[in-house]
Amino acid sequence: MKSILVLEDSHFFEGKSFGTEGEKIAEVVFNTSMTGYQEILTDPSYKGQMVTMTYPLIGNYGVNEEDLESKVPQVEGFIVRELSQVMSNWRATGSLEDYLKKNHIIGIEGVDTRAITRILRLRGAMMGILSTKDFDRESLLQKVKQAPKMIGQDLVKGVTTSKPYTYNQQGSFKVVAMDYGIKTNILRCLESSGCQVTVLPGAASPDEIMKHRPDGLFLSNGPGDPAAVTYAIHTVQKLLGKLPIFGICLGHQILGLAYGGKTYKLKFGHRGANQPVMDLVTRKVAITSQNHGFAVDMSSLNPEEVELTHVNLNDQTVEGMRHKKFPIFSVQYHPEASPGPHDSLYLFDRFREMMMGWKLEVGRSKIKA
Amino acid sequence: MPKRTDIKKILIIGSGPIVIGQACEFDYSGTQACKALREDGYQVVLVNSNPATIMTDPEFADRTYVEPVLPDVVEKIIEKERPDALLPTLGGQTALNVAVEVADRGILKKYGVEMIGAHQGAIKKAEDRELFKEAMLKIGLEVPHSGFARTIEDARVVARQIASMPLIIRPSFTLGGSGGGIAYNFEEFETIAARGLEYSPISQILIEESVMGWKEFELEVMRDKNDNVVIICSIENFDPMGIHTGDSITVAPIQTLTDKEYQKMRNAAIAVIREIGVETGGSNIQFALDPKTGRMLAIEMNPRVSRSSALASKATGFPIAKIAAKLAVGYTLDEISNDITRETPACFEPTIDYCVVKIPRFAFEKFPGADQTLTTQMKSVGEAMAIGRTFKEALQKALRSLEIGRKGLGFDPKDRECPLEEIRQGLIVGNANRIFLIKSAFEKGMSVSEIQDLTKIDPWFLAQMEEIVKFGNQLKEMGREKNRFSSLTAKELFQIKSYGFSDAQLAHLFNTPEDDVRKSRKALGVKPSYKLVDTCAAEFEAYTPYYYSSYELEDEIHPQVKKKKVMILGGGPNRIGQGIEFDYCCVHAAFALKEEGYETIMVNSNPETVSTDYDTSDKLYFEPLTLEDVMAIYEKEACDGVIVQFGGQTPLNLAWGLHREGAKIIGTSPESIDIAEDRKLFKELIEKLNLLQPPSGTAVSVDEAIEVAREISYPVLVRPSYVLGGRAMELVYDEITLKDYMYRAVEASPERPILVDKFLEDAIEVDVDAISDGETVVLGAIMEHIEEAGIHSGDSACAIPPFSLSNDLMEEIRDITHQLAKGLKVIGLMNIQFAIKNDQVYVLEVNPRASRTVPFVSKAIGVSLARLATQVMIGRSLKSLGFTKEIKISHFCVKEAVLPFARFPGVDVLLGPEMKSTGEVMGIDDDFGTAFAKAQFGAGQKLPLKGNVFISVKNQDKRDVVHLSKRLASLGFNIVATSGTAKILKNNGVGVRELFKIQEGRPNVLDLMKNQEIHLVINTPRGKGPKEDEKHIRVTATAHNIPIITTLQGASATVNAIEAILGKGLRVRSLQEFHQEGKKRHQAPLQV
Repeated sequence: MKSILVLEDSHFFEGKSFGTEGEKIAEVVFNTSMTGYQEILTDPSYKGQMVTMTYPLIGNYGVNEEDLESKVPQVEGFIVRELSQVMSNWRATGSLEDYLKKNHIIGIEGVDTRAITRILRLRGAMMGILSTKDFDRESLLQKVKQAPKMIGQDLVKGVTTSKPYTYNQQGSFKVVAMDYGIKTNILRCLESSGCQVTVLPGAASPDEIMKHRPDGLFLSNGPGDPAAVTYAIHTVQKLLGKLPIFGICLGHQILGLAYGGKTYKLKFGHRGANQPVMDLVTRKVAITSQNHGFAVDMSSLNPEEVELTHVNLNDQTVEGMRHKKFPIFSVQYHPEASPGPHDSLYLFDRFREMMMGWKLEVGRSKIKA
Repeated sequence: MPKRTDIKKILIIGSGPIVIGQACEFDYSGTQACKALREDGYQVVLVNSNPATIMTDPEFADRTYVEPVLPDVVEKIIEKERPDALLPTLGGQTALNVAVEVADRGILKKYGVEMIGAHQGAIKKAEDRELFKEAMLKIGLEVPHSGFARTIEDARVVARQIASMPLIIRPSFTLGGSGGGIAYNFEEFETIAARGLEYSPISQILIEESVMGWKEFELEVMRDKNDNVVIICSIENFDPMGIHTGDSITVAPIQTLTDKEYQKMRNAAIAVIREIGVETGGSNIQFALDPKTGRMLAIEMNPRVSRSSALASKATGFPIAKIAAKLAVGYTLDEISNDITRETPACFEPTIDYCVVKIPRFAFEKFPGADQTLTTQMKSVGEAMAIGRTFKEALQKALRSLEIGRKGLGFDPKDRECPLEEIRQGLIVGNANRIFLIKSAFEKGMSVSEIQDLTKIDPWFLAQMEEIVKFGNQLKEMGREKNRFSSLTAKELFQIKSYGFSDAQLAHLFNTPEDDVRKSRKALGVKPSYKLVDTCAAEFEAYTPYYYSSYELEDEIHPQVKKKKVMILGGGPNRIGQGIEFDYCCVHAAFALKEEGYETIMVNSNPETVSTDYDTSDKLYFEPLTLEDVMAIYEKEACDGVIVQFGGQTPLNLAWGLHREGAKIIGTSPESIDIAEDRKLFKELIEKLNLLQPPSGTAVSVDEAIEVAREISYPVLVRPSYVLGGRAMELVYDEITLKDYMYRAVEASPERPILVDKFLEDAIEVDVDAISDGETVVLGAIMEHIEEAGIHSGDSACAIPPFSLSNDLMEEIRDITHQLAKGLKVIGLMNIQFAIKNDQVYVLEVNPRASRTVPFVSKAIGVSLARLATQVMIGRSLKSLGFTKEIKISHFCVKEAVLPFARFPGVDVLLGPEMKSTGEVMGIDDDFGTAFAKAQFGAGQKLPLKGNVFISVKNQDKRDVVHLSKRLASLGFNIVATSGTAKILKNNGVGVRELFKIQEGRPNVLDLMKNQEIHLVINTPRGKGPKEDEKHIRVTATAHNIPIITTLQGASATVNAIEAILGKGLRVRSLQEFHQEGKKRHQAPLQV
């Protein structure tokens, strides 16, 4: 069945539909990872976005029950060059096509994904409409132009958990994880670092958080414009200095805003599994998994309080920062990978060490007192 | 931290001659390294015996030693040059082995030379299978169950312990796994284990659990001194474990692993490079995966750049060797910028947005009797790579890039009906033709899972092929309707093309001439788009113009007309007869044109080459060398002309087609090319010029051939026209053999007749390379062959200057060369082969193109002929270039061929009119004997300086061998012979030990050879057909690595060589020194 993709700047692509049929409007972005389409599909940070895979052959290894980053696919639409007709992998339990169909995700194949990527690179991320109902270019263009843009949108509320839940019952550290759209692998990583994790809705108040008497607070990844998630910013602001905090992606941006800084939208974002990030302390480079359209503006922060710790070697943007007084650090990229390299898993251990240190200090001060 | 300043002079060891398993990829990596290091201000000293390499061009190093790549020689160079560091990781296994040996001997310590890149310990840990296994287990990686053995008894014990067949036998420290194999039963095990022990320089073999049929993967890893590690490219083998990766079809990136599995492998690879301890540079790590459970095993690691890293560089655009060189001198990955994007650093992992398929090319047709089964021992001689947006497109492009007459995945005139049983057999055992048998299997109705059961090939690949086959069959159905092709819509045709179907396949499927297919396709506006290889999937702007075609929406090329544009056609996949020498010429053409202010456009499909380095030309198109693909680029770029002279026969064969489609052939015209290639036209020219040619004729039928042969009398040389490397060329002594030859279905047609030439027995063969601008003709050099005419010039050793020709004869040769150059209106290079018999000069053939010897001659005389030829082709005169006189050199240069017989056990080593060598070396020195000796050493011949020589010669050689034997005896050798030869020698006063003939009794020469009691064999084959016992002797000698000489001329040169080495030993001198001395002596107008 025919399917059409029209971009906000009026570029249009005709291809073949797969997954579900219908019509969807969302921001169109591209991801350069050659593996991990299942993780990408189920990453809640893609809420409100259609993902173009730059690798042309997608679906080769099917889907399985284990490689999910959330219960269901989160992307609004999926754009690929060629959808594999067969799957081959010993862990596969179903085909990508069936999976998308079952979960009502709209997809298009047979389009020049490199051309789309080049448009997005040159003109920036933009809105697009994918349709199997309406093939009229003008009408589609009208619809996409009227749709709300990404900037200023709080998309967290659409993906956060409605009720608190516990991920891991045992563990030497009690961590509260704020779910702004948390990826399952972050929970797995916290678990293997020995954390007992209580996951709270993104709008949870400081009291609701502190009543769990956590050893540390984790701020998760998530979709959309961080500046629009004002409730989270306020909550975090109140907790600065109260306990160790570790933030990833949106969590990192929220920290930046809570410190009093600013965030801005990148032209087309960083989405892929090959981004080089330098740790400014060790001068070592990690290849990282990334998925973000916004970034923290370092110049908006007080250098007395906040220190840049990681930088992206491709465009020198902020990839990590540390609070100079409080036990807080954060990274813009995804140390939990999934998909992507495992070079930065050590950050979870660093979080644990930080909590350990905090515990000791609190203990000492109690003794002194 | 930036580069090191404590080292100034670096010695790089090259890989020596092209052999199976080690081809021009090491010229590519070596050249990149030389350039990178010199850019950074280091002095580079280079040793490589292979004259056909770009890296040995004097301008690529400060000191270039074209000397044998042997520990003794490297020691002498170190002693003379006193380098601060030795970089051993760029010259393949050869360089690694030599470096380790030199280090073991304490030479590096003695002269204070530091090994950089990978140190001795790391090399040993990676290469020694026992240490490797330990290392893997230490970091928690699984390896196949296995054990080592140093004796056959140990081997039996290990085999019993593993207790499952088949077993894989891998000798330690051998090239491309040579000497290894798979044993299915204990008898076979004994044979292979014994051979492996013999091949391994340390007499050690690994016997391991078979993981045949498992999935096979490779990762190309780089590490810097700060311990930053990145994966440059992932590769999945289409052919599963059990077939050497060099013989496998391979695909980049990995297609069938989820991110979880890929990351596990990536972590493992990083752990491996750290544990092995490769401090800086690139490594290739191989993994096997059980397709049922995902159990992952580490198989092997190469602590150096490799064939796979060359492929990975071309597949991703990331220049591994160049970066490896920079890392070796202390840079870190984040300090080096990515040439392609300019703004981003080299410290990242390339991501690609296309699919790359590499297919090996084999040469079994050259070695009748060779085992054609693909195993863990590499047998292919070259490879083609293709890029497409889908696997289907890339596969079909790669298949037509192979230049084996196939136009894609079948659907061409070479499709052959094959019985199901034969197909099934062909699917089970790995073989060169299997990819086409899979197609036939689908056509016979076999399913993906049936084929998977037989081949163990991953179903994803098979399903992709099934899609092509189904689609092709639909087209075939459509093609049954008359004129169906012209009714195809643009949309339909676009879809067909995006499956990778070539115009030639469509011509076949729709029964329409290819020209018409192309015309209507173009009329519909269905043309390929060109996309960039940019390392980043379009995330950043790319600046290096490296392109591939695809049937896609967006074309990224917007040609600008600023300069004149010239297209250079490369030589395609390496094969015997067409290899690195031609790539060398193409690269020089690109350099010369750049200097002359032209925009250069390179088209080639061979990932091993320097020509496909994005640095070499202004634009690189990685495309098949077919008329369709080349013409599409020509038109897209609106080129001003195309050079077909340099890439060997491949582009020359396209000349007419290109000319007809309106491309301008630069240099010698297609008409002239045709005169030289067409026997009848050429004969007319020879007669017109009053020159001599052996009597000849052409035939398109058996009867015609017999008639011609009778007329010119036997023996005759027969061969097809328009081939290179003497393909299917045979020396025929009688009518029965001639009939047999004609029946053996050599494809003859009126356009391509069979050529029948009178064979001049015992003539001296002479080669000439010359250059002409239409006015002035200058000889590059006259080369005298060591072996007599009748042995293919590519397999024959030759010398500059000639060592036995009179001045009169040389003058005559020069005169004829001038006449032919003028007669053929040559603009550019030409090569002429002469035979001299009874002081008569016969013209055997003329090739109006660059020849295989151009790099050798250029290195001998210190002038780049290919560069001059390019300048001439764009209209410069030789006068204006200052090259008007033949250069006379005062040293001797010998070229020797390197033969792959050790790879094909049981195949007779006899030389003949069909070329069999894979590469060549050059020996250079003041006298002929030493130069010849160096060439022999370089070619891997272990010339003995003492010991026993076995001599067995045909009757007509018996008188001449007396003198030779006396010289050998006086040098201290003992002569061993069987009755016939022994009698003559005794009669002439030569002391000789007489042996039984093989049928007579024991011990015979075979026993002595096996006991290492024979150190040199001189055996000239008697009479017409080879005799069984002689073949036995030659095969045994090859298997035991005993030098064997099959011509008297060769034997005589060898004795000269031994004499020279015994007399004054071996000294080393660089090309720069030779050329400098030459210039001083002659003040010839060299520098151009």
